[in-house]
Amino acid sequence: MDLKKLAENNSYLAKGHRTCQGCAIPIIVRTALRALDSPAVIVCATGCLQVTTTPYPQTSWELPYMHSALENVGATAAGIEGANIFQQNKSGNIALKKSQKEIKIIAFGGDGATYDIGLQSLSAAFERGQNFLYLCYDNQAYMNTGVQRSSATPLGAWTTTSERGVNGKGKKEIRKSMTEIALAHKLPYIAQASPSHILDLYEKVKKALGIKGPKFINVLSPCPLGWKYSPELTVKLANLAVNTRFWPLFEAENGRVKITVPVENPLPLIEFLKPQGRFAHLFKDKNSEIIKSLEIGIEQDW
Amino acid sequence: MNKIRALTGGQASAFAMRQINPGVVPVYPITPQTPIVEFFAKYAAAGDVDSEVITVESEHSALSCAIGAAAAGVRAMTATSSQGLALMFEMLYIASGLRLPIVMSVANRSLSAPINIHCDHSDSLGVRSAGWVQIYCENPQEVYDSTLLAVRLAEGAQTPVMVLQDGFITSHCVEGVKILEDEIVTEYIGKYRSAYNLLNHEKPLTVNPTVPDSIYAEAKAEQEKAIKSVGDLFIAESQSLAELTGRPLKICEAYGTDDAEAILVVQSSMAGTVRSVVEDLRKKGLPVGLIKNRLYRPFPDKEISRLIGGCPVVGVIDRTAAFGEYPPLYSDVLASIYDKDIHPYMESYQLGLGGTDVRAEEIEAIFMNLLDEAKGLKASKNHGS
Repeated sequence: MDLKKLAENNSYLAKGHRTCQGCAIPIIVRTALRALDSPAVIVCATGCLQVTTTPYPQTSWELPYMHSALENVGATAAGIEGANIFQQNKSGNIALKKSQKEIKIIAFGGDGATYDIGLQSLSAAFERGQNFLYLCYDNQAYMNTGVQRSSATPLGAWTTTSERGVNGKGKKEIRKSMTEIALAHKLPYIAQASPSHILDLYEKVKKALGIKGPKFINVLSPCPLGWKYSPELTVKLANLAVNTRFWPLFEAENGRVKITVPVENPLPLIEFLKPQGRFAHLFKDKNSEIIKSLEIGIEQDW
Repeated sequence: MNKIRALTGGQASAFAMRQINPGVVPVYPITPQTPIVEFFAKYAAAGDVDSEVITVESEHSALSCAIGAAAAGVRAMTATSSQGLALMFEMLYIASGLRLPIVMSVANRSLSAPINIHCDHSDSLGVRSAGWVQIYCENPQEVYDSTLLAVRLAEGAQTPVMVLQDGFITSHCVEGVKILEDEIVTEYIGKYRSAYNLLNHEKPLTVNPTVPDSIYAEAKAEQEKAIKSVGDLFIAESQSLAELTGRPLKICEAYGTDDAEAILVVQSSMAGTVRSVVEDLRKKGLPVGLIKNRLYRPFPDKEISRLIGGCPVVGVIDRTAAFGEYPPLYSDVLASIYDKDIHPYMESYQLGLGGTDVRAEEIEAIFMNLLDEAKGLKASKNHGS
């Protein structure tokens, strides 16, 4: 597969969605859905993707799509899967049975829906072994409500609820590792991906869709609005996140972790931080220890 | 045709669910509803149902799961109580807003705090505006009959239905329940009827889009129309059910109301106690009556007004606390009669909170007070003329 060929695959997301200029979400969703080769249903949490793709009476979705609420994607997907199994195998209605093929269920949620409010429902769906792929577009804050901190927000990052001031230096806490939480559920497939590495993302989704059971892919999703950078830098920043080891690209099949994009000689972290307004205050002398902490954290995680 | 089984209310509910054989049943325990999901899980393990039983981690997920399943083209049923119903609050509105004909059993229980596991109606009365039909049952027989009826109502109006029974009082007490043969139930409920099916790939749907204000208002108006239609639907569907069971289920039932000078309006198991007191007092020649309301949403204002008729004094018992407001059932009865030019003296009572016994002596005392009131009214009227 090469990029040119990949672009020929149906992305199932029509042109004309309403995400902000420079938003990484459409890149991620289109790349993921280009890996699809069987019928699928999309389940989407409340958030940027949901709001920007379904302004009634229009919809960007060329696949069956369901949005229910913010914190219940795991349970919604489970209900759809149950209905599909019942119709395929057990329904006395022959016509219904014949019309039902096995469908793939792909769920999308932002970091709010995944790391925070929807974690309970998602964890339970993982534990029950529901057969679906959950893809998190992690833009590291509650962006749809206008940039508030989430548990995915990095240490020191500005948001409207981790402000700068006499008593504030951005977020006080380190970010939660959702990918490791997923790993602790002993899922058959887990990965981290980035919109800067399209083929890597595509291959991961493709592999995940071929595996039965719950799959989790966490994709970094740079956000010009929340990270405060110029829209044309989205892919560049995603690339810097990978090459500074801020966002390692790896996968884990049945718990065996494998780096898919090795970073032998990482770039200094400040190259990733500097273009982003959310970290601007860290470059004042008195806050340099926060950058140090971030660097140590990244080294330890790697 | 009617066999009799000794069943608790919880078992009656699970037994009806077995015969309905839903596509998906998400289960999560909470006292006093737990026996319903336990009995159902037993049926599933024994291969008595085809249902996919999904063991979710909360009531919020139970209803979310049922919503996903119902949207994906199968019957979905679940059960809850109290805190569980409160946790579902958000999803109740999404189920009704998406017009999904989900049927849910509720064993009524008080709401915390302080925490208490026994019966009152604060849980389901608290969600009376969520766009769900509510049917209150007096005993296990009514639970069985109403659960079957609920499927027809839900799918006929494309709106979800709650079937309510009193926690412990009904859910855990054994009574003889007349049941139908499985095939007769299958025929009565028919094939699942839904407005849409997410799994139809020939016609990909976007379910629950972001709508502008005017469309939102339109959708809500449609929903109101749908739930209002359940009044007439109830009469028609319970008629066809009665042809099978021989037991007519009325929207509300009257006992001794015709010449009554004092009527009590109640819901669920308390009706049994009130009926027995009415019997006793009638023997003593006292003109008292009972209205047992079964269909609470949509509220049967016409039936209630008709049954109250010219009765001069009406008491309403709400099995819930009401904080700085008129209690819900009382308010509904009051609002129903106002524009019908019926203006009895009305009294509101709150009894049976947190499973407190509602004793025959208390009901008798209430009736005596109401009769005194009636006598006083008559006297002042005579005096005036």
